[in-house]
Amino acid sequence: MFDSYTENTLEYDPKLCINCGMCSTVCPHGVFRDGEKTAQLVDKKACMECGACHLNCPTDAIKVESGVGCAYAMMWSAITGQKEVTCGDGECC
Amino acid sequence: MSILPKKEDSNCGTSCCGPAPMVLDLNTESLSKQKDIKIATSEITAANRLDHLFARLGIKRSEHRVEPGLYALGKPTRNSPVFVSANYTLSFDALRSSLVGIDGYILVLDTKGVNVWCAAGKGTFGTDELVFRIEVTGLADVVDHRVLIVPQLGATGVTAHKVKSRTGFKVEYGPVRASDLPEYMKDRRATDEMRRVRFTLLDRMVLAPVELLLMPKILLVVILGISLIGGVMGVFSAIVAILAGTILFPMLLPLLPTKDFSTKGFILGFLVILPFSWNAFMATDTIWWLHKGLALSFLLIMPPITAFFALNFTGASTFTSVVGVKKEIYRYVPIMALMFVIGVLLMIVLRLISITGGGSYV
Repeated sequence: MFDSYTENTLEYDPKLCINCGMCSTVCPHGVFRDGEKTAQLVDKKACMECGACHLNCPTDAIKVESGVGCAYAMMWSAITGQKEVTCGDGECC
Repeated sequence: MSILPKKEDSNCGTSCCGPAPMVLDLNTESLSKQKDIKIATSEITAANRLDHLFARLGIKRSEHRVEPGLYALGKPTRNSPVFVSANYTLSFDALRSSLVGIDGYILVLDTKGVNVWCAAGKGTFGTDELVFRIEVTGLADVVDHRVLIVPQLGATGVTAHKVKSRTGFKVEYGPVRASDLPEYMKDRRATDEMRRVRFTLLDRMVLAPVELLLMPKILLVVILGISLIGGVMGVFSAIVAILAGTILFPMLLPLLPTKDFSTKGFILGFLVILPFSWNAFMATDTIWWLHKGLALSFLLIMPPITAFFALNFTGASTFTSVVGVKKEIYRYVPIMALMFVIGVLLMIVLRLISITGGGSYV
């Protein structure tokens, strides 16, 4: 109840993992941990979909849809139907 | 003469959100001869502190920039470590001030004056810009090793194995916080603690003023304009609702019940508006249902305002997922809008009745 954060787009296929350890290094929320033979997905719910693991996984064993996550931008794009733009440079965005 | 883009050049014109600008008309020969190494110190001056304060307050927001390029810190040799940073003064200064007594190089990427994590999320602190900056600064000719220490949160924009294959440089992700770098540099290992983002009271509170000052002005105008219907109390309660959403909410975030930011905001908004509603409820100067109606309209209009700003704080938080924020928007924004509109209509009707003499029946 009142928890919109129970699901996310993080997907992990251990069969593709070469145990390079990159995901557990880059994750700021300890979602992945080093394992014996493959990385372990230990706390999926803590994923904030920043995309660091996906970007740094050399075998594409990890997939996640990431975004900046600015609520204003998402609302604006939902209302106008335009592509999501985010802030960051004065008035221009 | 420097061939690096000048600070003025990196300021955006009309299309700042595009990919990082590339200097295309440079041949590789001039690139390899490029040795424009700037000097950095670990010292934070009074001018730096003033700049930090302005950055935190959102004053001249896009002007807190460092010139991108390669900086020498202390007396680096050909074997000294290379640290990568963003061209946002708060990022660059946090790095250099953490490296007291460490000789090294700082490679500053052009992130348009945005911090490492946000720029990485947008892709400006990314593989392409890092590869470009390595080439344009001739870094390969400055150091003998091939290792870059990149802040961990930069991993949201940088793909380590692609940087390696494109430049030969191995990306080593350092700790989340620059302040952990001296400890990290001892054995080049980050503890679990160094690898986690936090969101402490201080972290949240430094964001509050900028959230407040940079909120869309049109929102403020609309909210305060509409609250005029409720008279002095209406405007006063609207200000309280806005401040609750932008200052009190970040402060109390972990203490407020429920997971969703919107529901946390509704609860907080309800609590801060209760005194205004109670005041209207207990008034006796006109017909009774006018007061009860006014009390209700306060509870309908104001909590959604607090909840709306609370929802927007997800963007500043360090743990909300994109999917979750989207869900929150679809779940709660319609409720916020509905409550607000019904409340405003109710307040207008009550006002009209009391102005046209409805209250004289008392």
